[in-house]
Amino acid sequence: MQKIQRNPWQKYGPWIIAILVVLLFVWAFSGIPLSTVKPQAMQVTKSIIHGLFHPDWSYVYSGDGEDLVSALIETLAIAFLGTFISAILTLPFAFLAARTKKGLFTPRSTIGKLILTIIRVFPEIVLAIMFIKAVGPGAYAGVLAVSIHSIGMLGKLFSEAIENIDRGPNEAIVAAGGSALDGLTLATIPAVMPEFMNYTLYRFEIAVRSAAILGIVGAGGIGAPLIFALQTRQWPKVGIILLGIIVMVTVIDFLSGQLRKRLV
Amino acid sequence: MNATLPERQFSEKWHIKGILSGLLFVLIFIGSGYNTGATANFSWDQFWDLLIRMMHPDWTFVSAIITPIAETIQMALVGTLLGTIIAIPFSLLAARNIVKNTYLRGIIRFFLILVRALPDLLLAAVFVAIVGIGPMAGVGALTIFSFGMISKLFYEAIETIDDGPIEALTSVGANGIQKIVFAVIPQVMNQFLSYFLYTLEINVRASTVLGYLGAGGVGLYLDQTLSLFRYDRTAVVILAILVVVIIVDGVSNRLREALA
Repeated sequence: MQKIQRNPWQKYGPWIIAILVVLLFVWAFSGIPLSTVKPQAMQVTKSIIHGLFHPDWSYVYSGDGEDLVSALIETLAIAFLGTFISAILTLPFAFLAARTKKGLFTPRSTIGKLILTIIRVFPEIVLAIMFIKAVGPGAYAGVLAVSIHSIGMLGKLFSEAIENIDRGPNEAIVAAGGSALDGLTLATIPAVMPEFMNYTLYRFEIAVRSAAILGIVGAGGIGAPLIFALQTRQWPKVGIILLGIIVMVTVIDFLSGQLRKRLV
Repeated sequence: MNATLPERQFSEKWHIKGILSGLLFVLIFIGSGYNTGATANFSWDQFWDLLIRMMHPDWTFVSAIITPIAETIQMALVGTLLGTIIAIPFSLLAARNIVKNTYLRGIIRFFLILVRALPDLLLAAVFVAIVGIGPMAGVGALTIFSFGMISKLFYEAIETIDDGPIEALTSVGANGIQKIVFAVIPQVMNQFLSYFLYTLEINVRASTVLGYLGAGGVGLYLDQTLSLFRYDRTAVVILAILVVVIIVDGVSNRLREALA
């Protein structure tokens, strides 16, 4: 019986990869100084957990617009407006980035995809700060930040949806003498609409999370009261805000999930 | 032949549902606009001024941000690894084909939903309050964040495996841990690694801004340069983030394609 010969890479490759991965993580752990943890960390953790179980219920609704409910509504409004404005702004980018022609060299689609990648990677917080310069602190800056930042991800998803549709109806319309615009409005858009709505709702779920943190830089929503409560060590208030965010996000995820199930 | 056409109900005939949901949508849209004050003036000259200053990056700043960029990647690696280690037992406990007890599974899944509801920057704000300013806060935030995400991805992967090997091991008298080690893990290993890389991508992206709150990494310089109005330097930080994220995404995508 002859033994199967293995080349050196098959023999030692897994070991080399394993050693490299271990070295990578050793390097990673070396950069994190454990000694920087504050000595009172346990105490603060206990206070936050205590605050979570004994929240400051009086903050939920006070009627003066400075309470939890109005901050949460503002957060939802930022996410809603931002996402749906973004869905409209995305359309030209999505059609630009979609690769509808076969071939190795597709400059239009490549440029579109590059633009979308740059938008996607640009930090949302920085966008929010830039818009605060233009419109002043408040929820409007948050709306603008969400609506620009969401183009990156929505554009990618939308363009993939456009690439995946059946080209038949479009060709049929053109064959029957329809213009390119007819093909777009009568064949392409009806085919991609359900997927567009599905992705927009999905993006809305993500936007609710990001709107909840935009307040950290002063762009409206629940983030500002949270950071203020954390800095002034009002743990019961931190507790109620965290609970509020968790409940809001969970409910929105559930509702949006139900809607998306009915769309598909 | 007197075939009767199917009668459409009143509400179907006039598209009551569609009109009402459309109306509701428009109302929420207008209400949101009113609530967020989205009619305020947009001061273009302020915005252009900022953009033009960002268009002239201060390249000498590059050398100053190499160390924080490295710290960002280290934070992401450590956070993802710790999150994954915590996530493995939870994902096994939440999988339908491993844990038959509905209540235990329900409790674990509910807990995971609660963890996933917290955004990464918010976790960073809480961790900065707990452990103080520094990369440990970022690692803590990323650990919790990736724990929530990976647990869900992992238990969904575990639920799709083939039951045959588990049944075979059960029939020869294997115990629970043996079944997991020899029947479950070999089947999901590739998916696990792929999801690990995917989470790492998201964490690298998140860790670049965590520093804004004092949780370590290059984000600290975002805060510093912006508060000093050095937009030329902010542009360098953003470009550095862009390069790192694109490289990590590219490498991770290639590796994930190789795994699939």
